[in-house]
Amino acid sequence: MHRPSFPNDRPWRRARVDNAMVAARCARVRTRSIKTETKDHLLRLALSMVDLTTLEGVDTTERVEALCRKALRPLSDRPDWPSTAAVCVYPNHVAAARRVLGPVGGPVKLASVATGFPAGQTPLATRLREVEQAVADGADEIDMVIDRGAFLAGRDADVFHEIVETKAACGAARLKVILETGELGTLDNVAAASRLAILAGADFIKTSTGKIQPAATMEVGLVMLEAIRETYLATGVQIGMKPAGGIRASKPALHWLVLVAETLGSDWMSPTWFRFGASSLVNDLLRQLVRRDEGIYPSPRRFSVD
Amino acid sequence: MTPPHELRLSGALDLAPAPERTPVHIPPRLGHFIDGAFVDGSDTFDTINPATGDVLAKVCAAGAEEVDAAVRAADRAFREVWGPMDGAARGKVLYRIARRMQERSRELAVLESMDNGKPIRESRDVDVPLAANHFFYYAGWADKLSYAVPGRTVRPLGVAAQVIPWNFPLLMMAWKLAPALAMGNTVVIKPAETTPLTARLLCEVFQEVGLPPGVVNVVNGAGATGGHLVGHPIPRKVAFTGSTGVGKRILASTAGSGKKVTLELGGKGANIVFADAALDQAVEGTINGIFFNQGHVCCAGSRLLLEESVAADFLGRLQRRMSTLRVGDPLDKNTDVGAINSERQLKVIQHYVDVGRNEGATVWQGSATALPKRGLFHLPTLLLDVDSTCTVAREEIFGPVLSVLTFRTPDEAIKKANDTEYGLSCGVWTEKTSKLFEVSHALNCGVVWANGYNLFDPASPFGGVRHSGFGREGGLAGLAPYLEVT
Repeated sequence: MHRPSFPNDRPWRRARVDNAMVAARCARVRTRSIKTETKDHLLRLALSMVDLTTLEGVDTTERVEALCRKALRPLSDRPDWPSTAAVCVYPNHVAAARRVLGPVGGPVKLASVATGFPAGQTPLATRLREVEQAVADGADEIDMVIDRGAFLAGRDADVFHEIVETKAACGAARLKVILETGELGTLDNVAAASRLAILAGADFIKTSTGKIQPAATMEVGLVMLEAIRETYLATGVQIGMKPAGGIRASKPALHWLVLVAETLGSDWMSPTWFRFGASSLVNDLLRQLVRRDEGIYPSPRRFSVD
Repeated sequence: MTPPHELRLSGALDLAPAPERTPVHIPPRLGHFIDGAFVDGSDTFDTINPATGDVLAKVCAAGAEEVDAAVRAADRAFREVWGPMDGAARGKVLYRIARRMQERSRELAVLESMDNGKPIRESRDVDVPLAANHFFYYAGWADKLSYAVPGRTVRPLGVAAQVIPWNFPLLMMAWKLAPALAMGNTVVIKPAETTPLTARLLCEVFQEVGLPPGVVNVVNGAGATGGHLVGHPIPRKVAFTGSTGVGKRILASTAGSGKKVTLELGGKGANIVFADAALDQAVEGTINGIFFNQGHVCCAGSRLLLEESVAADFLGRLQRRMSTLRVGDPLDKNTDVGAINSERQLKVIQHYVDVGRNEGATVWQGSATALPKRGLFHLPTLLLDVDSTCTVAREEIFGPVLSVLTFRTPDEAIKKANDTEYGLSCGVWTEKTSKLFEVSHALNCGVVWANGYNLFDPASPFGGVRHSGFGREGGLAGLAPYLEVT
């Protein structure tokens, strides 16, 4: 496997962002009004893009199995509605999830947060071992966290190296690199970390672990999408995007899709290239879909909690 | 040259219609508002909805007698009521106007979009809130006039004659009225003949909040009405926003009359993008600079000055963003670029695009939507390979048309930016602060936006130099034109 070498001129550190105009652009996207057929279409698309996630200390095999069943069929009496893109679980639960989701290649992918999630503060060797185990147990995708301390201290080579090694340990699994933007402090850092992660081999870049606030703000998202755009236009390499943390309602989710459509275009409007890392979002999407379908808002109790 | 990999932006997002449905009342016939009452008039003409061509109302054109009645009502109100009134009491009325505008904001926005053609997103989020904010801001000055010019005594002037344009009908009315009224002046104002509707609604607001009769009088009509108003002997102050040609005529006609004059005229603003700018954000600023309000903005950034080393890169980014702009029904909440206000203006714009092409410019147009089949619309347009000698780099087009020039050094950028008869506004984009200050101070214009464009605030003075006019509106400086200082 080709391992990219560290570019000593650290080109990502030259990326420039203007906060005020990023905020203005996002505010403008939020004025987009999504109605009728467009709403139907985007709600279904959003549902098909969710990485249905459970990352709690109290997770049990039973809970993970239930989550997998929900991912396969989000609403039991609507078999024609799309399944979610993936489930996302701790490495310990990968094998159990794989049993429910069926063999690799099914409609719902299996993602795991390996690499000492969420802090990333364990030895690299341990993290790589964790990745290998998750892949061996059947994970299609690995969500890793970068070492924010190293990035903020300017030890870019360490961050780069860890991503390269993790990517190698993934084998055929797709690698999502979590920048934990809530700890990076500035949009300039987000722009730099995005480009670093992409050059080091990320298949996806992802905003957050969900354990730190702020998480997936649209401002951070736009800066990351711009990094993806630059990469594609310069090289033709398509990188995926995954906002995670804090997207709980349909309306912001649909505005995210507008942001993607207007920044990257139709090639990214698919679960192959765009994901929502979320749990409660699914129930709100279902609620809105039922409302579109039946004309009235259903009771929240119609949907299972997990 | 097309890059090897291009984004598929067109068709990435089909948006279903999202019309704003707030009902509005439009009287079939608009007269004038004189001495606190709506009065009928004669000599009617039509005001149309530029997006559909439908007639919205018949409007009366005020003759000399009606203008005289309005001026005399204003003079009486100045001497008997508004001038002598305690500043705090005047402020109270202005606050009430601002609050009532907020309460009726949706109606104001819908009327403005129907009459002017601007997208509801802008009338709702920019024009109307900003107009209310001007009243809020100047209401605060009403009881503090004695402190406005330390050590001097200030007095209101009397009757102000004001003539406003069609590009921001309500907002320009607020810019003109709020400082004049706060200082204790009274007003006769003439809205543009193509956009009289929001002025009518604002007069209803005046009645609702108890603005004393005669303090604000509105006369409708075109140039002839404006001539009667500006030439009337009673007003001590003339304020005009509009074209440089009309501004010159007003200045000539008021010469020697003792009237104080302020003019806010045209512009050919340069938006300067350096290679060290945050390029994606400079694109957004460029879009705001030229496509805001279909480019019908006196301070529009209608000349884009690009540092040559990033010109191709930047244009690619700009064209991609332009291809996501939605041109169409002004009342659709997703419309980015609305209708051109009048057929005459549309022809002016088309004429300039032809002139640009004939002088060697490459024309590039883009949008996410096709042009509507009826109504007055123009695609967002770039004129590439333009230089400073081209007509389209020198004359104000007043439409969604951006002339693109390049430069190599900051000195050249400054020289090109200042190479114009106008001097209203410029934008400078760089992440290097020393360059930002150096260039900004070298620009000969009234307003410079640093890493931004078309940003407005009631507390910030606005106005031009040279052929863009003189006098300031907004902020403390905006009081001066309406005060006599002794």
